[in-house]
Amino acid sequence: MVTASEMVRTDSVHGALYSDEAIFQAELEKIWYRTWVYVGHVSEVPKPNDFVMKVLGPQQVLMTRDRKGEINLLLNRCAHRGNQLCMEQKGNRSSFTCPYHGWTFSNTGQLRGFPFASGYDGADRSKLGLGHVPRVAQYRGFVFGSFAAEGPSLEEHLGAARDALDRLCETSPSGEVEITAGFLQHRAKSNWKFLVENETDGYHPQFVHASIFSVAKSGIGELYGPQSTAVARDLGDGHTENDLRPEFRRIGKPMNWFGTNAERLPEYVASMKAAYGEERATQIMIDGTPHVMIFPNLFIAEIQIFVIQPLAANETVQHVTALQFKDAPDLNRRLRQQTMGSVGPAGFLLADDAEMYERTQRGVTGASKPEWNYLGRGLHRERRDENGFLVGDATDEVTSRGIWRHYRSLMEAG
Amino acid sequence: MIEAQDLLLFKEIEQFVYREARLQDSHEYDAWEALWTDDGMYWIPANGDDIDPESQMSIIYDNRSRIALRIKQFHTGKRHTQTPRSRLCRVLSNVELLESTGNEYRVTANSMIFESNARGDTIWGARTEYLLRRESDALKMAKKKVMLSNNDKPLYTLSFLV
Repeated sequence: MVTASEMVRTDSVHGALYSDEAIFQAELEKIWYRTWVYVGHVSEVPKPNDFVMKVLGPQQVLMTRDRKGEINLLLNRCAHRGNQLCMEQKGNRSSFTCPYHGWTFSNTGQLRGFPFASGYDGADRSKLGLGHVPRVAQYRGFVFGSFAAEGPSLEEHLGAARDALDRLCETSPSGEVEITAGFLQHRAKSNWKFLVENETDGYHPQFVHASIFSVAKSGIGELYGPQSTAVARDLGDGHTENDLRPEFRRIGKPMNWFGTNAERLPEYVASMKAAYGEERATQIMIDGTPHVMIFPNLFIAEIQIFVIQPLAANETVQHVTALQFKDAPDLNRRLRQQTMGSVGPAGFLLADDAEMYERTQRGVTGASKPEWNYLGRGLHRERRDENGFLVGDATDEVTSRGIWRHYRSLMEAG
Repeated sequence: MIEAQDLLLFKEIEQFVYREARLQDSHEYDAWEALWTDDGMYWIPANGDDIDPESQMSIIYDNRSRIALRIKQFHTGKRHTQTPRSRLCRVLSNVELLESTGNEYRVTANSMIFESNARGDTIWGARTEYLLRRESDALKMAKKKVMLSNNDKPLYTLSFLV
């Protein structure tokens, strides 16, 4: 039997990587329960003792802010019999009591007590706390967890993707983004890696999204055309982006990246200029927000974030919500409206993406041939940019190849 | 005591919501769009039935121009998720006139929708609220709020008219 790593070649990948349940189990162990995975944002738990239900891979995780203000990621599973501890999606509480036998845990995971305690004489309470994600770290308010007790730091893991998060936050006049609009949950009968690849596949938009681009008179299609000066970039460590700035700079109009103009957002434009000065603010508003896929599960798509959750080899959920910029109400309303129109189960864009995820999944299932998917687009014109990153033309598959190169290194690791 | 006039009104309303259901099942997009008033609002909330759509994400929160855009997208023939179209069969029941005010009627109904498409077979269930308005002698739809029973869970693509 060939191993997962032998199924990844320079210009092609084997279909079983998307459909084999044993490979999926190996991915849980080697990727989802090891590397840094995005879980939530600090703005979802703004006050001490706030909590919100999140996911890390297939598992439910309680993201809590304890009374000291620290963020904890606790498994939503009672340490006694494994009962689901919390059934609320969010709230504010300093402790959680299991409804089954009344065990109570603090929001840092310690066991506070159990009823009829004489039955536990001699038990070591310190060993009976909630399971938790051992490493929790945040970057610009984005909270990640790693089930590996040791390993690269979050900053090392993010590598060049840190710059994308910095760019995103800089588009907010306060330098902060917030996640406050609630998530749509869009399920697809497809492998999670089809989603990861699609997020920075600059080749598909003109075809998959032709319907909405034509009726909404959107300029997005041209950004991903053969004449586009945008680039597809492999940021390393599995992170990839479609850098649209060359196109936005060529056009040179503030807020064009958002399909509008400065006159329509006077409050936002004024607060950006007050925060960054005329020249810098204008540049930021020309450049726009990034389109970056942070491996394995955080996709920042200009105006929204997607969080990818794998459930099985052929089942994935995309959690998606509008980005909200702190102190920019006029922009935030438009961010929500555009997000609701384009993404989620009924979205003008994402319903068609999900259709392709599911059709490709059916294509790779079973012994159908050819069993290799070809990812060689633009291999002959791959080049290094001024920072040493591999880049290709806007529609090239340099991004997919970067994702798979990193995937192979993770699956080969002991 | 119920007057004969009330029964006629109720029958008219019932026929209207059945007609709307049939136009959705048979993908008669233009005839469906013609049921809307100029200020129509089509709303499918997420994460509960009573969220504030002005601050929280909804599955659909279409004003009249966005309803028109949705219909135009179907007509391109490149709305892949509806090419081929879902085969649909819905049962509408529990039609109830809650309130009449002037020329407006607040109506509820329940629907069970069987969808068959390339992915497989999916059953959708929803409680629906309508605000109907009489305009130049015909009933029109001013608001439709579809409260899916599973709107707090991950949902497969929902790209037909619900």
